[in-house]
Amino acid sequence: MMNQIVQGILLGGYYALIACGLSFMFSVMRIINLAHGSLAVLSAFALWLLASRFHIPPFYGLAIVLPLMAVIGWALQRFLLERSARGGALLPILTTFGLAIVIDNMLFEQFGADTRSLAPFIGSLSYDSWEWPGSIYVGKLAVIIFVAAVVLLGGLQLFLTRTGLGRSIRATSEDPDTAGLVGVDARRANAIAAAIAMVTVGLAGAFLGMRATFDPYAGATQLLFAFEAAVIGGAGSLWGTLIGGIVLALAQTLGAKIHPQGFLIGGHVAFLVVLFIRLYTSGLGLRGLLRLSTGKAS
Amino acid sequence: MSAASPTIERGTAASRIAGVGVLAIILLLAVSPQFLSAGAVDRMTTLFIYVILAAMWNALAGFGGLVSVGQQVFFGLGAYFAIRLANAGLNPFVSLFVSAVIVGAVSWPISLFMLRLKNGEFAIGMWVIAALTHLLVNLDRLIQGETGTSLISLNVYDASTRRLTIYWLALASMTALLAILFGLLRGSTGAAIRAIRDNEDAAASVGVRVTGTKRLLFVLAAFGIGVAGALWLATSITFQPKTYFNVQWTAYMIFMVLVGGIGTFEGAILGALLFFLIETWFGGTGVWYLIGLGATALVFSLLLPRGLWGTLEERFGWRLLSVGYRVKLPPGPSNPTGEIASPLQTTNSREKA
Repeated sequence: MMNQIVQGILLGGYYALIACGLSFMFSVMRIINLAHGSLAVLSAFALWLLASRFHIPPFYGLAIVLPLMAVIGWALQRFLLERSARGGALLPILTTFGLAIVIDNMLFEQFGADTRSLAPFIGSLSYDSWEWPGSIYVGKLAVIIFVAAVVLLGGLQLFLTRTGLGRSIRATSEDPDTAGLVGVDARRANAIAAAIAMVTVGLAGAFLGMRATFDPYAGATQLLFAFEAAVIGGAGSLWGTLIGGIVLALAQTLGAKIHPQGFLIGGHVAFLVVLFIRLYTSGLGLRGLLRLSTGKAS
Repeated sequence: MSAASPTIERGTAASRIAGVGVLAIILLLAVSPQFLSAGAVDRMTTLFIYVILAAMWNALAGFGGLVSVGQQVFFGLGAYFAIRLANAGLNPFVSLFVSAVIVGAVSWPISLFMLRLKNGEFAIGMWVIAALTHLLVNLDRLIQGETGTSLISLNVYDASTRRLTIYWLALASMTALLAILFGLLRGSTGAAIRAIRDNEDAAASVGVRVTGTKRLLFVLAAFGIGVAGALWLATSITFQPKTYFNVQWTAYMIFMVLVGGIGTFEGAILGALLFFLIETWFGGTGVWYLIGLGATALVFSLLLPRGLWGTLEERFGWRLLSVGYRVKLPPGPSNPTGEIASPLQTTNSREKA
């Protein structure tokens, strides 16, 4: 039991990793990117291609893929989201949904229906584990992912609160027009925020590929995980996302214990229960649940 | 005096002709199985189902401002309840409609909860509901997980009776659902619906019951999509949860409505027709067809967010199945053409309708 809880918490690290880009983009641009999961899978496929075709191990491959994801994020904001956000709150949903369909099916066209994994390219890391007191075995990879999530969330938090660029992104998220008046280039801030979000997505995609298998249509599931973790974590700091991820993973673990097919059901039910409680105990439902107040100062 | 003041009109000559035309088309469709091959009758049934899906998604998104990516939940449930009812001994054709009523009833409690979410949260929230429902349906022993099951009791009818009955049921359902939607949009609820679409807060401030109106659209859309799911089950007989609860269905709905014209009554029908033709011509190209659908939806949302019909309507002031009012200015020196209100005025009056 203790073992499962530990595994669940570590899995929560992965969910936090994939969720933080989604909630970051939402908190800055008020856009939920429905192509979020598909872009993570795209990154996983890119790493897989580098590893299998050009023999570049995934951890080195990140040096190529992450900058590429940043460029994708920047372009996404400049050419798609910025334009569609002008048409109201509903259009970006449709635009990014269309994008998700294009990415999924392009991947299918290119790579076929086979499920892939990056595990064969990371040597013994995929199965190595440490023994903790109480004969709990924890996978080294799971610990690395969890640590990466904590570092990333902490780094993002520091970046947003301590650097000028981070402050201008926060100012834009509060009120783009007023931010513009005091000399913040809102377009630039948004594009940079999108680029950062996509780097986290790329990293999440890499870990998805290392710890499990993926196929061209795996993006939808990842999007749902990211969304659920972000909403469960809710309106707190970025650390809320980590807690959201852990709660989601523990609920899935519990679900799997109750019924063989209960893993996903457990996660979805936990999400709905949290949503239900949140909606009926506060007025948050009308103001947006994903809203991250990144600056606690005010 | 009366010549100098603007007159308010509901329809135009074109819309009256269109009304007659619609009746003629429906009558023609009703008798056309006489002349069509079996395959063509099946295809037409598919078209009717597409029109239902497009019109219902449009009712929700275009008029209620609620973009859902989880509408496949009602499609799947429509089929699932039909299977369940038929298995319990109800006549299969009757169970198709009882099933849709149940779907409508189920959507009510869901709406209590989901309608408190906004925009993207509502969109993915519905997707989570769809995913969860899919998993729960898989747990039903009768369905045998992803293996699925069939609507076997439909086999007591011979193939041609079955085909014709489903054709007429689909035609009748489509006509009835479109008529309900049309009536709703033309009535006082319609004014409320368009007020909400244009500005929810402003609508609420002048006393429009925002949540109640949205709930009505949500339940109607669920019911309509439930009908479509049940009819789809009747045409294909087999029920595999994966096929019915697939997000692809919502992708199709979005495509049809975006291309046709979101928020216009005629646009959804036009979109369904175009989607049907595209599927007929390019459906065989498999994955490229899907890439094309996604790309088209993307391009339309960026460049032509009003869709084909919305753009035409704006440019030429076309009004076939008019659900709003429009102001016709009296003939005068400032408006020498007199007869036709300019597109700009038409648009303005439509927004205020």
